[in-house]
Amino acid sequence: MPDDNLVIAALIEKHQQTLLRGWLAVQKRDGGASDSGDADLSKRFLDELRAGTAAGQFNDITTAEWKGMRDLLEDFSRERVAQGFTPTQTAIFVFSFKEPLFEMLRRELAVDADRLAEQIWSLTRLLDQLGLYTIACYARTREEVIGRQQQELLELSTPVVELWDGILALPLIGTLDSARTQIVMENLLERLVSSGSEIAIIDITGVPTVDTLVAQHLIKTISAARLMGADCILSGIRPQIAQTIVHLGLELNVVSKATMADALALALRRSGKAVVDRARTVETRGSGE
Amino acid sequence: MSEIPILKIRDCLLVSIQVDMHDRLAMALQDDLTQRIVADRARGVMIDISALEIVDSFIGRMLNNIAAMSRVLDAVTVVVGMRPAVAITLVELGLALTGVRTALNVDKGLALIRNIIDNSEHPDAHRAG
Repeated sequence: MPDDNLVIAALIEKHQQTLLRGWLAVQKRDGGASDSGDADLSKRFLDELRAGTAAGQFNDITTAEWKGMRDLLEDFSRERVAQGFTPTQTAIFVFSFKEPLFEMLRRELAVDADRLAEQIWSLTRLLDQLGLYTIACYARTREEVIGRQQQELLELSTPVVELWDGILALPLIGTLDSARTQIVMENLLERLVSSGSEIAIIDITGVPTVDTLVAQHLIKTISAARLMGADCILSGIRPQIAQTIVHLGLELNVVSKATMADALALALRRSGKAVVDRARTVETRGSGE
Repeated sequence: MSEIPILKIRDCLLVSIQVDMHDRLAMALQDDLTQRIVADRARGVMIDISALEIVDSFIGRMLNNIAAMSRVLDAVTVVVGMRPAVAITLVELGLALTGVRTALNVDKGLALIRNIIDNSEHPDAHRAG
């Protein structure tokens, strides 16, 4: 019924101001409005809706006629995610339009009940699709944000530090999963080559739990470093973790130290360096004379 | 068939693998190397694999074999210059090359061999230290 579609487009055009006012009031009432900029957004939504209905396409919003509308909703969802709105608050923006729209239709088409019902049905379907599209965009944007944060977390949490000439430290923070282990391992091995270090201290103070899987990942990293010709020292093993390792029957086959300080002392000794307490040296020299 | 050159540095032998290994080349290398260890009375063997981008289980086994043969002939084997990607692959394959010693580069490999030879010649001094 292309005529009816045009009727709707014409009605939206004619009652634009009334619809907008009614819609903004409903948005405010239902708590879906942000503090500013919604009037402009709602007006653009109305324009797009008029353009879409005028083109006579009610059933499928994935077509070219609705491109402008889809772009608008995508931008809108992205903005709402950035501003920290809930999915409900985001969806209400579209769904709340039903109230003023249907009210207007009832006024205009009051004489013809059949047609009114028909129009309300097709518009409901259209607005539901638009609302669902908004939610889908919202979820997609959220997922993008989460993915980006995960990536940032990965990059942030795997630094390789050069403690001394030829001694690297790898302070691990957070749970080790396969993806992280891969990155940690690659980072460490690359740095071993570029810095020519023979000793790497892997500190697991920040690893909350060590289960068989985490141990497996640690063993892999240590074996890979050994294959390249570097020795690893494990440090920062908390008492509970030591108990867990023994209870699980894990064999790490690596020198382990309780603290990073002990590990560094061992690493220095192995590379033939000594730390000298100046004050004490002076004292003994003084008493010797 | 190209041959892999074996260079002598003092009492060490340096083998730099630059080409893809295949069965016959590997067999030839094992043959040459064992002969050279005996002929030159070498105490250490260094195998440089920094040019290898792919090390599969076959080469892994070859390295293990060379290390075992050298040990029988009283020479230490050190594999040097393994790339990070290769190390990760070997670990994933479950090949830890436990019988082979490793070093980051030729320089450190030479120092490691020196160290091992010195310690084996003066075991008492090492124990005291």
